[in-house]
Amino acid sequence: MREFRYRRAADVADALALLEAEPEARPLGGGTNLVDLMKTGIERPALLVDLRDLPLDRITPTADGGLRVGATVTNSDLAAHPQVRLHFPALAQAVLAGASGQLRNMATVGGNLLQRTRCGYFTGAAAPCNKRLPGSGCAALTGEHHNHAVLGASPHCVAVHPSDMAVALAAFDAVVTYETPGGPGELPLAEFYLPVGSTPQLETALPPGALITGVVLPPAPVAAVSRYRKVRERASYAFAIGSLAAALDVRDGIVREVRLAFGAVASRPWRARQAERALTGQHADAVAFAAAADAELAAARPLPHNGYKLPLLRDLVVGVLTELAEEAAR
Amino acid sequence: MTASTSGVITLHVNGEPHTLTVDHRTTLLDALRERLGLTGTKKGCDQGQCGACTVLLDGRRAVACLQLAVAAEDRAITTIEGVADGGRLHPVQQAFIELDGYQCGYCTPGQICSALGVLDEHAAGWPSAVTADVRPEAGPPALTDDEIRERMSGNLCRCGAYTAIVRAVAQAAKVVSA
Repeated sequence: MREFRYRRAADVADALALLEAEPEARPLGGGTNLVDLMKTGIERPALLVDLRDLPLDRITPTADGGLRVGATVTNSDLAAHPQVRLHFPALAQAVLAGASGQLRNMATVGGNLLQRTRCGYFTGAAAPCNKRLPGSGCAALTGEHHNHAVLGASPHCVAVHPSDMAVALAAFDAVVTYETPGGPGELPLAEFYLPVGSTPQLETALPPGALITGVVLPPAPVAAVSRYRKVRERASYAFAIGSLAAALDVRDGIVREVRLAFGAVASRPWRARQAERALTGQHADAVAFAAAADAELAAARPLPHNGYKLPLLRDLVVGVLTELAEEAAR
Repeated sequence: MTASTSGVITLHVNGEPHTLTVDHRTTLLDALRERLGLTGTKKGCDQGQCGACTVLLDGRRAVACLQLAVAAEDRAITTIEGVADGGRLHPVQQAFIELDGYQCGYCTPGQICSALGVLDEHAAGWPSAVTADVRPEAGPPALTDDEIRERMSGNLCRCGAYTAIVRAVAQAAKVVSA
């Protein structure tokens, strides 16, 4: 591990000043991904700016009936919060589906958004990886890629984003808020992660020196009937091979509103807007659910070893929406 | 190690302050074991995947291998050495002994510290990934074997003592809540 300096920021302004003064600084939340990557030399910060004293550890209602979640709220506190569980149950479920109890107690919302892919060629350090070493190539294309992207990838990188939480945030139109030395800003989650293109090392649209201050969940009545389902290779404590955050509003058997986002299929949480458009106004039945999934997956470009994800996602959409339609009818 | 990449910190472990100079790269796990001689906390994977190094930070379970020691300053750290009440074992420790919740014992301190966290989290009404309905009006979930397995899934046991570990956590839950 590279030697590094350490500072505990007193407040947001102090954190921004520390980050601005050291281009190789990184903010420290729970450290569950950053410290792990520092041990293997993938991350080599010269300075860690510890955010633990910042007043960003609260979940508060917004004036319009949404929720503001501070950047240093832990995964555990997010998932346990009564308003989150009541108004956005799929978000609580997504967070609970990730990592372990110990890691959820440490990990923060801001860090969760910024965590790096678990692609073995990125974390392995010995193989070519355009994300870790731009221009070196992508070993996953012809290597071990059974859990890599089927949507939105490029020949430069096929890694998937590992977050469960971000999938639910994508479904609920969350907005990431940040501060910079020049003032505050915000990014809808749909624009927060950059397309892979030829620059997989550039992962977010955050401006240089920006510090995430939180996530705003706009009011979304549809989210009251929502669910997150995660498929993985063992029953617990593993990353997804495919996941779905879904919310459904059905009246008189007709889909009034639907939200769908996939996890573990792309470099970012994948909001399935084609599927949503295809399903809105249709009868809420398995045929329409499957057709909606197919509409989204028409753009999929699976690799030789991950084609299984397409029927998996289709089944997730049909299964979860069928359950939500029954729940909505009660 | 230069002055700017190391520092003097005070760790509060099991109610006792310990002042030491650490390289900032030092994890809490290494500080506990190598500097303070508290070798009950075990190093398994050192990557946050096995749970052998589980301790309590401000009462919540955490893996000490991904926690930098310098960032643990001013926090209340409880290790397995601080779980018993003097000579009286904690109900979780007693249950692990009575029900054989281990074989080789290497993962046991982490399992026990994790179980302490599980009991507190469950008592606080936290749902888990196997809780059927996470909405508050559904009420707190019963601590079934499935709930225990899910909540303890961050602790691996290579001997495979899981069956007895689940029994031990269930028994301890009954004793603690009685």
